[in-house]
Amino acid sequence: MIRYLATRGLSLALSLLVASLVIFLVLNVVPGDPARYMLGMNARPDTVAALRAELGLDQPAAARYLAWLGGMARGDFGTSYTYRTPVAGMILDRVGVSLPLALYALALSTAIAIPLGLFAAARRGRAADTGVMAATQLGIAVPNFWLAMLLVLVFAVRLRWFAAGGFPGWGAGILAGMKALTLPAIALAAPQAAILARVARAALIETLGEDFIRTARAKGLTGGQALTRHALRNAMIPVLTIIGLQFSFLLAGAIIIENVFFLPGLGRLVFQAISQRDLVVVQSVVMLLVCAVILVTFLVDIAYVLVDPRLRRT
Amino acid sequence: MKRFLLGLALALAAGAAGAAPRADIVIGMQLEPPHLDPTAGAAAAIDEVTYANVFEGLTRFGPDGEVEPDLAESWEISDDGLSWVFHLRPGVKFQDGTPFSADDVAFSIERAMEAESQNAQKGLFDGIASVNVIDDQTVEIALDVPKSSLLSSLAWGDAVMVSPATAEKNRTEPVGTGPFSFSNWVQGDRIELVRNPDYWGAPAKLDKVTFKFISDPTAAYAAVMAGDVDAFPVFPAPENLEQFKADPRFLVMVGTTEGETILAMNNARAPFDDIRVREAVAHAIDRAAIIDGAMFGYGVPIGSHFPPHNPAYEDLTALSAHDPEKAKALLAEAGHAGDISVTLTLPPPSYARRGGEIVAAQLRAVGIDVAIANVEWAQWLEQVFTNHDYDLTIVAHTEPNDIDIYARDDYYFGYHDPVLKALWDGYQQVTDAADQRELLRAMQERIAGRYVNGFLFQLAKTGVADKRIKGLWINAPTPANDMTAVEWTE
Repeated sequence: MIRYLATRGLSLALSLLVASLVIFLVLNVVPGDPARYMLGMNARPDTVAALRAELGLDQPAAARYLAWLGGMARGDFGTSYTYRTPVAGMILDRVGVSLPLALYALALSTAIAIPLGLFAAARRGRAADTGVMAATQLGIAVPNFWLAMLLVLVFAVRLRWFAAGGFPGWGAGILAGMKALTLPAIALAAPQAAILARVARAALIETLGEDFIRTARAKGLTGGQALTRHALRNAMIPVLTIIGLQFSFLLAGAIIIENVFFLPGLGRLVFQAISQRDLVVVQSVVMLLVCAVILVTFLVDIAYVLVDPRLRRT
Repeated sequence: MKRFLLGLALALAAGAAGAAPRADIVIGMQLEPPHLDPTAGAAAAIDEVTYANVFEGLTRFGPDGEVEPDLAESWEISDDGLSWVFHLRPGVKFQDGTPFSADDVAFSIERAMEAESQNAQKGLFDGIASVNVIDDQTVEIALDVPKSSLLSSLAWGDAVMVSPATAEKNRTEPVGTGPFSFSNWVQGDRIELVRNPDYWGAPAKLDKVTFKFISDPTAAYAAVMAGDVDAFPVFPAPENLEQFKADPRFLVMVGTTEGETILAMNNARAPFDDIRVREAVAHAIDRAAIIDGAMFGYGVPIGSHFPPHNPAYEDLTALSAHDPEKAKALLAEAGHAGDISVTLTLPPPSYARRGGEIVAAQLRAVGIDVAIANVEWAQWLEQVFTNHDYDLTIVAHTEPNDIDIYARDDYYFGYHDPVLKALWDGYQQVTDAADQRELLRAMQERIAGRYVNGFLFQLAKTGVADKRIKGLWINAPTPANDMTAVEWTE
């Protein structure tokens, strides 16, 4: 186990280093000068030069890369070019929206998908199964931003149960915060739940054909008991893989949903930062997301081992 | 149950009878300001939050663009036009309690002019030799050359008065002399201002103003419809305005801006270094089709680089009337037979992206092959504006009184014209209003006659607000949401 963790840890560090280099190079190739963007069309060339110097943009790329890496190693993410505030604080504020939203959506999608998968697997081939499969097909086909707009039109514009978007801040209370995240979480969760339910159903049906299920039935368990006690645990590996992928996607890929609900999350921050060429912010947020994705993959790997003791030997 | 109903009825009655008008408002804006110091950045969103609310200048723009006294009550000009003495309004305080005096005027202007200044409009201060404090309430601005535009230059958001004690922190905690104080900024979501109780003038009618940032046009529509936002003074999607017009809850406001939307041509590069080709482009364009197709009918055609609502405006659209046959003839005369192939570079705003599609189709109709390249603002500024690496582009020039860009040598139009330069220099030196108008007309005629660019339309300001709100600006003479006189009527 320790050797396993050590190799995983090393490859994690290497992945991060390579990611940082790729991010930095890509962002430096993209045309556009943050100083010119901030000062606009009427600014004098010397004004732009003065700002570039203040931002450190007149330094060579290699020096800027090393300074950035060094800063990150010390926990200093740098200062945003446009906002002129420390990037770490900005990211922390945004994570306070994006992380709860991702967890909320993941909880919703898992809570819907697992029972749905069990239900369909138990009745495989029958009308109920066909119905669930059709519904999940629809769930996958509907783009989440379209569903989001529909939710806004029905629940915000027409019924006025929810605000059309925005986030009051956690200072306004947990309930107010959760309420603001409910429609976005539903919009994010629906397609994920559809995918997860299909994966769960397929994995369950496959395990139901295994010998140990026949043994379980033979020793007197009902179909339902065999399904929940034996099949579910053995079907968890593909389900966990998908949940892990979905969490990374929900954390990093909520940009469109954040725009539809104008939530101050990470996605909107990075979107805005790209258009303003606020490279320090883009680099740091992307690095953070890379870290999160790698970390989640790592945790999922560990979860495999916990769920399936057979993997410990490999 | 009866008691409950009675209580409910009483509560409703009390609510209806004693309901004072709301004292807070939520204003929607598409873009969030990067920071809040109008003297250190070009983003219009900075002024849209702070101008006339948090910060004030010696002079200011009124709702229709007129230049009015602000922190300067009055002024005298010496006979040679080189010395302007400003008398400051007494009893003015910054929001942190420090009194405003002539020293602050000198500090603010000198700070904007110094070498390491990050003022995005340093040109406003051109010609100023020195700022001399005469006493606490009196300050002289000495000029090198006469500058008839001084009063309007000082009215810009980039020339507001700041305090030496707080200037460095204005980006995140702005302190000015205006009727509202900065209160809170939740980045990515909203900025809140509260009434300044010690304001020198008539106090603001609202207690609190919240600016909420919604970049997606569909989301903006939903936020207005759901009542989350009370007014959206610059609404991002003209296609939704009809729906607001049909809804009795809303008022649609259509006003003017200083934004001349032009099809800029690279005069320094073939084929647009040939005036016949430029004239052909001008005649190939059908402005009405562009305004209807791209702007849903909002916008006024222009024939030169000048706003139609300005008293010095001259209608020169006839010089470049839509005439595809004439365009083809001009191209043939210039020796082109379908051999022109150019790129139209388009920045993100919808006037450019939508208008660009229509312009490209109109140019193809006269035999000019146009490829469209969509770019982001940052790339546009670098490639087109700074490096002049483009053939055609569409952009709105939103600065007021900016016809002088045609007199600049290194400007991205690549247009060099001693005649126009002489006219602009002359304009700076005359102070008589009639003479100024005469020169402004001559400049409009000059650039229209030289077909420097394709002149498309004056950008409209289209906004929507709850019908019960009074006092919002209809026009946009400068980027601003002056909230001082805004109130709820019921």
